[in-house]
Amino acid sequence: MRSIKLNRVIVTVFMGVAGILFIMPFLWMLSASFKPELDVMKYPIEWIPSKWNAVENYKQVWAGAVPFTLYYWNTTKVTLMSTALSLIISAMAAYGFSKIIFKGRDILFLVVLATFMIPTQAILVPQFIMYRWLGLFDSHFGLVLLAASGVLGTFLLRQFFLGIHDEIIESARIDAAGHWTIFMRIAMPLVQPALATYMILRFIWTWNDYQNPLIFLRSDSLFTLQLGIRKFADFSGEFYSLMMAGAVSAILPLLIIFMIGQKQVIEGVAMGSVKG
Amino acid sequence: MEVITEEGTAKRSGSPGISKMRKQSFYDNIAGYLFIAPMLILTVTLVIIPILLSGVISFSNWNFVSGLDGFQFVGLDNYTRLVQDESFHRSLFNNLIMIAVVPVAMFLALVLAVLINKATYFKTFFKVIYFMPFISSFVAIALLWRVLYHPNNGPINGFLRSIGFEHPPMWLADPKFALISVMIIMVWTSLGFNMVIYLAGLQNISRDLYEAADVDGASPLRQFFRITLPMLSPTSFFLLITGVVGSFKVFDLIMVLTGGGPAGSTSVIVYYLYEVAFVNLESGYASAMGIILLILILLVTLFQWVGQKKWVNY
Repeated sequence: MRSIKLNRVIVTVFMGVAGILFIMPFLWMLSASFKPELDVMKYPIEWIPSKWNAVENYKQVWAGAVPFTLYYWNTTKVTLMSTALSLIISAMAAYGFSKIIFKGRDILFLVVLATFMIPTQAILVPQFIMYRWLGLFDSHFGLVLLAASGVLGTFLLRQFFLGIHDEIIESARIDAAGHWTIFMRIAMPLVQPALATYMILRFIWTWNDYQNPLIFLRSDSLFTLQLGIRKFADFSGEFYSLMMAGAVSAILPLLIIFMIGQKQVIEGVAMGSVKG
Repeated sequence: MEVITEEGTAKRSGSPGISKMRKQSFYDNIAGYLFIAPMLILTVTLVIIPILLSGVISFSNWNFVSGLDGFQFVGLDNYTRLVQDESFHRSLFNNLIMIAVVPVAMFLALVLAVLINKATYFKTFFKVIYFMPFISSFVAIALLWRVLYHPNNGPINGFLRSIGFEHPPMWLADPKFALISVMIIMVWTSLGFNMVIYLAGLQNISRDLYEAADVDGASPLRQFFRITLPMLSPTSFFLLITGVVGSFKVFDLIMVLTGGGPAGSTSVIVYYLYEVAFVNLESGYASAMGIILLILILLVTLFQWVGQKKWVNY
């Protein structure tokens, strides 16, 4: 027994080293963002900066020529709105597709599921044209709608609604509760973990999205964070310390959310086997 | 199932029950449509109508700047042009090469998952570490790797020089190495996802199988090949398919990292499509490319349906 445990420690140490190698790029990024520009590309790498320039670097990002705070705010706004809307819409649809019997339900569900296979890039051109006609182009609302349709969420949450016993719904209906009441009072609380999972995933995907803002936004004042750091990077050219400070600023909030909700995220991904 | 219970109750409660039942099912129909309406409306307007439009536009030489007057059907011209377009060939070819990322990431992920599952402490710690690139934005990742890959004084080449490579590759700056460089990043970002799915798969394998194998004196290596691998085949198949489909959709990384360059060496279909649609403003041609992309993905999915029955051990 003792020797088995020793083996386990050795493997853990070995794997720990591999893990550190794996996240070395992130460590390098963090360290570079603290350094004065001249020290960034020094070799051998100074993992702990000998000269610190962190305050100046991050000041450049946050209070420099590029309105980073505005981009942050825009992204927060779009992400929160998309996540909330997507959550409601997909939870409702998931309930409808699993707990209500109506004509054509299964066929409609198949159709919705089939749209899953359509790559977003294949519909970019018509979407772009439609958005211009509808006046949704270059607006945050348009972006929110794109992220909110929630086929994936519908599919994921439906699995969980299916797990609720029909007797619970039936007995509530005998007590003359309507579907809306059952949905809000009974079904939603029962699938809370799944809702949390989908919420975090949707949040991460919308926060990180680059393609939709790139295509559907034009005004600088509406730019999201992802467009913003790209612009900031072009702007700071060869100033890698600044570029890294920008990248850290973009990744950090998500990393924090991920650390807090890592159980939901990882289990959710494994459970629904979903991929953004 | 549900239909049967409904009929059952209707029979038992007799005729007044039936009329109540009808009212009920009428109410259910309305409620059902109302519940799915928001999602359905969004999906129809933002996905289904666009894909149909895409099909129509792909037979025209339209560009959206010229307005509706400029709309002219040109038959299959866009599709025949795709057959001859060398930039498209190169992008398609690059996409096919990039599929190699999938088995490599799967193999590494499987090794990691097995080790972490059986032989380490702090499982959560490892999961979190390997998952970090997966939740980071491709823009930030691309900016980071652009610096890491810097041909003259980037840390990667600094390291390679220090261990004796006089002339390390120029990575993203060299057309011969650019695609490989992108693929390394793709392996790095997808490893965590693959690993987590494999870990979930490993949890589902019954311990009895291993205990029985232990009793029979099978070595750990033999157990891996005879039990673990076959039992994981549904997981592997799932990862293979989602991985291949996903590899066709990599846009953000290419866009920020290389912009398809140098000399088109990292251009992929979705990136070329973007260029044709939004830089060259050729909506018709871009739509044709989108339809081909859709067909490619449908083929992979079809392969999944057929293959799942044939090759997966349950």
